[in-house]
Amino acid sequence: MIEEIITSGRMNPEIDPVLHAWGWEIPLYLFLGGISAGILIFSAYFSLRGRQDELPVAVKWMPLAVPALIGIGLIALLLDLSHVFYAWQLFTNIRWESPMSWGAWTLMIITPLSIAWLAIWLEDIFPKWDWKFDEAKAAIAWLKGQQRNLAKVLILLSVILGMYTGILLSAFNARPFWNTSILGPLFLASGLSASAALVAFFSKSEVEKRLFTRIDIMLISIELFMIVHLFMGHLAGTQVHIQAAQMFLGGPFTVPFWVFVVGLGLILPVFLELLELKHKFIPAIVPVVLIVAGNLMLRFIVVNAGQASRWLY
Amino acid sequence: MRYAMAVDTIKCVGCNDCVVACQTENDVPIGYCRDWIVEKTTGTYPKLQLEIRSERCNHCANAPCVRTCPTEASHYGPGGIVLVEKNECIGCKACITSCPYDARFVHPEGYVDKCTFCIHRVEKGQNPACVAVCPTHAMIFGDLDDPNSNISRAMATRKWKSLIPEAGTDPKVFYLI
Repeated sequence: MIEEIITSGRMNPEIDPVLHAWGWEIPLYLFLGGISAGILIFSAYFSLRGRQDELPVAVKWMPLAVPALIGIGLIALLLDLSHVFYAWQLFTNIRWESPMSWGAWTLMIITPLSIAWLAIWLEDIFPKWDWKFDEAKAAIAWLKGQQRNLAKVLILLSVILGMYTGILLSAFNARPFWNTSILGPLFLASGLSASAALVAFFSKSEVEKRLFTRIDIMLISIELFMIVHLFMGHLAGTQVHIQAAQMFLGGPFTVPFWVFVVGLGLILPVFLELLELKHKFIPAIVPVVLIVAGNLMLRFIVVNAGQASRWLY
Repeated sequence: MRYAMAVDTIKCVGCNDCVVACQTENDVPIGYCRDWIVEKTTGTYPKLQLEIRSERCNHCANAPCVRTCPTEASHYGPGGIVLVEKNECIGCKACITSCPYDARFVHPEGYVDKCTFCIHRVEKGQNPACVAVCPTHAMIFGDLDDPNSNISRAMATRKWKSLIPEAGTDPKVFYLI
């Protein structure tokens, strides 16, 4: 047997022995960004279909949470920046090749638009709401006139927001586990699934509950399919990709990923949701907590596993 | 002009003089390094082979750090040297995770830092500090576009390799073997 021992004199903080440039901030942001994107996509899509009165939680109520979720996500992102007082430099450049630049610009546009979207629905959900000033009333009236255009723009931007959280990672060829373009659609599907589960949980209407439970079952099935493909792609790849996959197939991430993310976060809730559709009594809180926790854990595991995978030389 | 460096793995004894010279020349904070020594032992006892390398940023011609930087803080300087403009760096660490050589780190002041090929010396016609101090003359620095430069001649007459060329980064630090 040929043995190879590599001894390196480098011991830079956060780089050695295992890269840990990104801590809890990035996965938390990826999670919040994914859910926000999911909420906005459902809200905008079903409002375009004219189903706002049939599906009030999905279209009118859920967008209330979005600015807060994005806000917490932005705080997490700022906490991650080690040279934070230069953060404005993000907006002096448009870098097409940098997913980080895409994300900064998307967030800058989608945050105010998500507030405008929420403002459109305030009078519907709080009948006593009064905008007080005539200028505000005029602005809201104008926004309501633009509702369909706003919905279309929001769908586009939300898909970018939901996808880029995965593309951000897959653009790094240096980290073999991340270097698969399926992460973008996987994160989009998982953000959509968490927001569908939240709609089904908060909704009081049987029609809305059943519709979003069915949507969620479909999305989780797609997620499971993409997870299988993620590993198939890695196992058919180069040695470093196979080693990256093996962290999940017997390595340190095996139990957290397959038991908690796939087992408790995807397969068990999809099973519970199927029982719910067959009118079996399932406490509504159980599937939603499992799905949201699995969602968060997926982000943490993917961010950490990517940093643990590397080229060897 | 394409600046490059070659490290002679046969002459290198792993004395760490290049590491210390760099830390002194560039005021590298304590506990950090921009270049480092790697010792690779291959084989089974008693048939062992030892390779000693002085490693640093590879100043890739297709640098993933430049590509992923959202602010153009990471950029190509004169002669293809990859540099970080600290007043444009926001510390997002995208470049750190995109570097297959793990050559970058966050400076305690917040910006991302790494080897500059000692551009302040190179601009004056001097060698980088690590090359200048190497007691065994194991390191060669120069212009690949000049066929008469020391590095072009060394690479024309010696066998050489670069690190993980399969990552597609087109590195500009070579190892004479």
